[in-house]
Amino acid sequence: MALGFRRRRGGGAVASLDVAEVRLLDELLSQLVELVTPEGPAETDPLARAVGISTSTRTPEDAALARLLPDGYGSEDAEQAGEFRRYTELGLRERKVADATAVRQALPPAGGVVKLDAAAAEAWLRTLTDLRLALGTRLEVDASTDELLETLDDDDPRLPGLTIYSWLGWLQETLVRSVW
Amino acid sequence: MSTAPAEVERPETDSVVRPDKPWVSIVWDDPVNLMSYVTWVLQKVFRYDRAEATRLMLAVHHEGRAVVSTGTREEMERDVARLHEHGLWATLSHDT
Repeated sequence: MALGFRRRRGGGAVASLDVAEVRLLDELLSQLVELVTPEGPAETDPLARAVGISTSTRTPEDAALARLLPDGYGSEDAEQAGEFRRYTELGLRERKVADATAVRQALPPAGGVVKLDAAAAEAWLRTLTDLRLALGTRLEVDASTDELLETLDDDDPRLPGLTIYSWLGWLQETLVRSVW
Repeated sequence: MSTAPAEVERPETDSVVRPDKPWVSIVWDDPVNLMSYVTWVLQKVFRYDRAEATRLMLAVHHEGRAVVSTGTREEMERDVARLHEHGLWATLSHDT
Protein backbone atom coordinates (compact mmCIF):
# COMPACT_ATOMS: atom_id res chain seq x y z
CA MET A 1 0.00 0.00 0.00
CA ALA A 2 2.22 2.73 -1.25
CA LEU A 3 -0.67 5.17 -1.08
CA GLY A 4 -1.42 5.48 2.63
CA PHE A 5 -4.62 7.20 3.64
CA ARG A 6 -6.74 9.15 1.21
CA ARG A 7 -9.52 11.62 1.82
CA ARG A 8 -12.99 10.15 1.94
CA ARG A 9 -15.93 11.95 0.42
CA GLY A 10 -18.09 13.24 3.26
CA GLY A 11 -15.24 13.27 5.79
CA GLY A 12 -12.83 10.76 7.23
CA ALA A 13 -10.21 8.74 5.41
CA VAL A 14 -9.65 5.41 3.73
CA ALA A 15 -6.59 3.19 3.27
CA SER A 16 -5.75 -0.29 2.14
CA LEU A 17 -3.51 -2.22 4.53
CA ASP A 18 -1.95 -5.57 3.70
CA VAL A 19 -1.89 -8.44 6.16
CA ALA A 20 1.70 -7.81 7.29
CA GLU A 21 0.91 -4.18 8.05
CA VAL A 22 -2.23 -5.15 9.97
CA ARG A 23 -0.32 -7.71 12.02
CA LEU A 24 2.44 -5.23 12.77
CA LEU A 25 -0.04 -2.55 13.90
CA ASP A 26 -1.95 -5.05 16.00
CA GLU A 27 1.21 -6.26 17.73
CA LEU A 28 2.46 -2.72 18.41
CA LEU A 29 -0.96 -1.66 19.69
CA SER A 30 -1.22 -4.60 22.06
CA GLN A 31 2.12 -3.54 23.54
CA LEU A 32 0.95 0.07 23.77
CA VAL A 33 -2.22 -0.98 25.61
CA GLU A 34 -0.14 -3.06 28.00
CA LEU A 35 2.14 -0.10 28.63
CA VAL A 36 -0.57 2.50 29.39
CA THR A 37 -3.26 0.37 31.07
CA PRO A 38 -3.79 1.74 34.60
CA GLU A 39 -2.19 -0.32 37.33
CA GLY A 40 -2.18 -0.40 41.12
CA PRO A 41 -4.87 -0.70 43.82
CA ALA A 42 -6.22 2.85 43.54
CA GLU A 43 -6.81 2.36 39.83
CA THR A 44 -8.91 -0.71 40.50
CA ASP A 45 -10.88 0.94 43.32
CA PRO A 46 -14.26 1.56 41.66
CA LEU A 47 -14.94 4.71 43.66
CA ALA A 48 -11.60 6.31 42.86
CA ARG A 49 -12.04 5.24 39.26
CA ALA A 50 -15.53 6.70 39.07
CA VAL A 51 -14.25 10.15 39.98
CA GLY A 52 -11.09 9.79 37.93
CA ILE A 53 -8.63 10.21 40.77
CA SER A 54 -5.56 8.07 41.24
CA THR A 55 -2.88 7.97 43.90
CA SER A 56 -0.23 8.28 41.26
CA THR A 57 1.60 11.59 41.67
CA ARG A 58 5.03 10.69 40.34
CA THR A 59 6.43 10.81 36.84
CA PRO A 60 6.64 7.23 35.51
CA GLU A 61 10.15 5.79 35.66
CA ASP A 62 9.82 4.15 32.26
CA ALA A 63 10.95 6.77 29.73
CA ALA A 64 8.37 5.86 27.09
CA LEU A 65 5.54 5.93 29.62
CA ALA A 66 6.82 9.24 30.99
CA ARG A 67 6.61 10.68 27.49
CA LEU A 68 3.04 9.39 27.01
CA LEU A 69 1.99 10.71 30.43
CA PRO A 70 4.07 13.88 30.79
CA ASP A 71 4.21 16.26 33.74
CA GLY A 72 1.74 19.14 33.51
CA TYR A 73 4.04 21.56 35.29
CA GLY A 74 7.74 22.24 34.86
CA SER A 75 10.37 20.61 37.07
CA GLU A 76 10.45 23.67 39.36
CA ASP A 77 6.87 22.87 40.34
CA ALA A 78 7.07 19.22 41.39
CA GLU A 79 4.27 19.46 43.94
CA GLN A 80 1.81 20.95 41.46
CA ALA A 81 2.88 18.41 38.86
CA GLY A 82 2.01 15.66 41.34
CA GLU A 83 -1.44 17.09 42.02
CA PHE A 84 -2.11 17.59 38.32
CA ARG A 85 -1.13 13.98 37.70
CA ARG A 86 -3.37 12.75 40.49
CA TYR A 87 -6.39 14.31 38.80
CA THR A 88 -5.56 13.72 35.15
CA GLU A 89 -3.35 10.64 34.70
CA LEU A 90 -6.04 8.01 35.11
CA GLY A 91 -8.32 9.65 32.55
CA LEU A 92 -5.42 10.13 30.17
CA ARG A 93 -4.46 6.45 30.42
CA GLU A 94 -8.06 5.37 29.88
CA ARG A 95 -8.52 7.56 26.81
CA LYS A 96 -5.30 6.27 25.29
CA VAL A 97 -6.35 2.67 25.90
CA ALA A 98 -9.80 3.39 24.42
CA ASP A 99 -8.28 4.98 21.29
CA ALA A 100 -5.80 2.13 20.80
CA THR A 101 -8.53 -0.47 21.32
CA ALA A 102 -10.80 1.22 18.78
CA VAL A 103 -7.98 1.23 16.25
CA ARG A 104 -7.26 -2.46 16.85
CA GLN A 105 -10.91 -3.31 16.35
CA ALA A 106 -10.97 -1.44 13.04
CA LEU A 107 -8.10 -3.51 11.62
CA PRO A 108 -9.23 -6.07 9.02
CA PRO A 109 -7.57 -9.30 10.29
CA ALA A 110 -6.60 -10.55 6.84
CA GLY A 111 -5.73 -7.12 5.50
CA GLY A 112 -7.96 -4.95 3.35
CA VAL A 113 -9.68 -1.63 3.26
CA VAL A 114 -9.89 0.53 6.40
CA LYS A 115 -12.64 3.15 6.26
CA LEU A 116 -12.59 5.79 8.97
CA ASP A 117 -15.18 8.45 9.73
CA ALA A 118 -13.95 11.78 11.11
CA ALA A 119 -14.06 10.66 14.76
CA ALA A 120 -12.28 7.37 14.05
CA ALA A 121 -9.62 9.22 12.07
CA GLU A 122 -8.94 11.38 15.12
CA ALA A 123 -8.55 8.30 17.31
CA TRP A 124 -6.11 6.87 14.73
CA LEU A 125 -4.12 10.11 14.67
CA ARG A 126 -3.79 10.15 18.46
CA THR A 127 -2.89 6.46 18.61
CA LEU A 128 -0.33 6.65 15.81
CA THR A 129 1.18 9.53 17.78
CA ASP A 130 1.31 7.42 20.95
CA LEU A 131 2.93 4.53 19.07
CA ARG A 132 5.54 6.84 17.56
CA LEU A 133 6.23 8.52 20.92
CA ALA A 134 6.74 5.17 22.64
CA LEU A 135 8.81 3.69 19.84
CA GLY A 136 10.72 6.93 19.27
CA THR A 137 11.66 7.08 22.95
CA ARG A 138 12.84 3.46 22.93
CA LEU A 139 14.87 4.07 19.76
CA GLU A 140 16.24 7.36 21.11
CA VAL A 141 15.02 9.24 18.08
CA ASP A 142 16.30 12.80 17.70
CA ALA A 143 16.36 15.51 15.05
CA SER A 144 19.02 13.67 13.03
CA THR A 145 17.18 10.35 12.82
CA ASP A 146 15.81 10.86 9.29
CA GLU A 147 19.33 11.37 7.94
CA LEU A 148 20.66 8.49 10.02
CA LEU A 149 18.10 6.11 8.56
CA GLU A 150 19.34 6.81 5.04
CA THR A 151 22.95 6.01 5.92
CA LEU A 152 22.50 2.86 8.03
CA ASP A 153 24.02 -0.38 6.79
CA ASP A 154 21.61 -3.19 5.94
CA ASP A 155 22.80 -5.22 8.93
CA ASP A 156 22.61 -2.38 11.45
CA PRO A 157 20.58 -3.56 14.47
CA ARG A 158 18.75 -0.23 14.58
CA LEU A 159 17.40 -0.62 11.06
CA PRO A 160 14.27 -2.74 11.72
CA GLY A 161 12.98 -0.52 14.55
CA LEU A 162 13.72 2.72 12.73
CA THR A 163 12.10 1.40 9.55
CA ILE A 164 8.89 0.69 11.46
CA TYR A 165 9.09 4.08 13.16
CA SER A 166 9.54 5.77 9.81
CA TRP A 167 6.62 3.84 8.26
CA LEU A 168 4.32 4.89 11.13
CA GLY A 169 5.31 8.52 10.55
CA TRP A 170 4.58 8.24 6.87
CA LEU A 171 1.21 6.58 7.52
CA GLN A 172 0.29 9.29 10.03
CA GLU A 173 1.33 12.04 7.63
CA THR A 174 -1.01 10.69 4.95
CA LEU A 175 -3.83 10.53 7.52
CA VAL A 176 -3.31 14.12 8.70
CA ARG A 177 -3.34 15.30 5.09
CA SER A 178 -6.54 13.36 4.46
CA VAL A 179 -8.59 14.93 7.25
CA TRP A 180 -7.10 18.43 7.39
CA MET B 1 7.53 34.64 28.27
CA SER B 2 8.94 36.17 25.15
CA THR B 3 5.83 35.63 23.06
CA ALA B 4 3.49 38.60 22.93
CA PRO B 5 0.22 37.67 24.66
CA ALA B 6 -1.88 39.58 22.15
CA GLU B 7 -0.70 37.24 19.42
CA VAL B 8 -1.31 34.00 21.21
CA GLU B 9 -4.68 34.60 22.78
CA ARG B 10 -7.71 32.86 21.47
CA PRO B 11 -9.54 34.95 18.91
CA GLU B 12 -12.61 35.48 21.09
CA THR B 13 -10.74 36.84 24.12
CA ASP B 14 -9.56 40.35 24.85
CA SER B 15 -6.27 41.38 23.33
CA VAL B 16 -4.95 42.45 26.73
CA VAL B 17 -3.89 39.94 29.39
CA ARG B 18 -6.06 40.56 32.42
CA PRO B 19 -4.51 40.43 35.89
CA ASP B 20 -6.78 37.52 36.84
CA LYS B 21 -5.61 35.49 33.83
CA PRO B 22 -1.87 35.29 34.33
CA TRP B 23 -1.38 31.64 33.36
CA VAL B 24 -0.07 30.25 30.11
CA SER B 25 0.10 26.84 28.46
CA ILE B 26 3.32 26.03 26.65
CA VAL B 27 4.04 23.45 23.94
CA TRP B 28 7.63 22.18 23.87
CA ASP B 29 9.50 20.90 20.85
CA ASP B 30 10.02 17.16 20.56
CA PRO B 31 11.76 15.15 17.85
CA VAL B 32 8.83 12.81 17.19
CA ASN B 33 5.66 14.76 16.49
CA LEU B 34 5.02 15.69 12.87
CA MET B 35 4.81 19.38 11.99
CA SER B 36 1.54 18.75 10.16
CA TYR B 37 0.04 16.92 13.13
CA VAL B 38 1.06 19.60 15.66
CA THR B 39 -0.55 22.26 13.47
CA TRP B 40 -3.71 20.17 13.13
CA VAL B 41 -3.89 19.67 16.93
CA LEU B 42 -3.51 23.41 17.61
CA GLN B 43 -6.36 24.12 15.17
CA LYS B 44 -8.56 21.47 16.70
CA VAL B 45 -7.93 22.16 20.40
CA PHE B 46 -7.88 25.96 20.24
CA ARG B 47 -9.90 26.68 17.09
CA TYR B 48 -6.99 28.69 15.69
CA ASP B 49 -7.07 29.23 11.95
CA ARG B 50 -4.46 27.43 9.91
CA ALA B 51 -2.17 30.46 9.61
CA GLU B 52 -2.07 31.06 13.37
CA ALA B 53 -1.64 27.37 14.16
CA THR B 54 1.20 27.15 11.64
CA ARG B 55 2.87 30.22 13.14
CA LEU B 56 2.74 28.68 16.63
CA MET B 57 3.96 25.29 15.38
CA LEU B 58 6.95 26.98 13.71
CA ALA B 59 7.69 28.92 16.92
CA VAL B 60 7.77 25.61 18.81
CA HIS B 61 10.00 24.09 16.14
CA HIS B 62 12.49 26.94 15.91
CA GLU B 63 12.52 28.31 19.47
CA GLY B 64 12.00 25.05 21.34
CA ARG B 65 8.70 26.12 22.85
CA ALA B 66 5.77 28.50 22.42
CA VAL B 67 2.94 29.85 24.51
CA VAL B 68 -0.18 28.52 22.84
CA SER B 69 -2.90 29.82 25.18
CA THR B 70 -3.45 32.24 28.05
CA GLY B 71 -6.07 32.18 30.78
CA THR B 72 -6.88 31.20 34.32
CA ARG B 73 -5.01 28.37 35.96
CA GLU B 74 -8.02 26.06 35.64
CA GLU B 75 -8.36 26.87 31.94
CA MET B 76 -4.68 26.18 31.37
CA GLU B 77 -4.88 22.87 33.22
CA ARG B 78 -7.70 21.89 30.89
CA ASP B 79 -5.71 22.99 27.84
CA VAL B 80 -2.60 21.06 28.93
CA ALA B 81 -4.67 17.94 29.63
CA ARG B 82 -6.14 18.14 26.11
CA LEU B 83 -2.69 18.63 24.57
CA HIS B 84 -1.46 15.56 26.49
CA GLU B 85 -4.41 13.59 25.10
CA HIS B 86 -3.04 14.41 21.66
CA GLY B 87 0.53 13.47 22.57
CA LEU B 88 1.97 16.96 22.59
CA TRP B 89 4.54 17.81 25.24
CA ALA B 90 2.87 20.65 27.15
CA THR B 91 3.08 22.33 30.54
CA LEU B 92 1.39 25.27 32.21
CA SER B 93 3.03 27.96 34.25
CA HIS B 94 2.46 31.29 35.86
CA ASP B 95 3.23 34.04 33.39
CA THR B 96 5.75 36.20 35.22
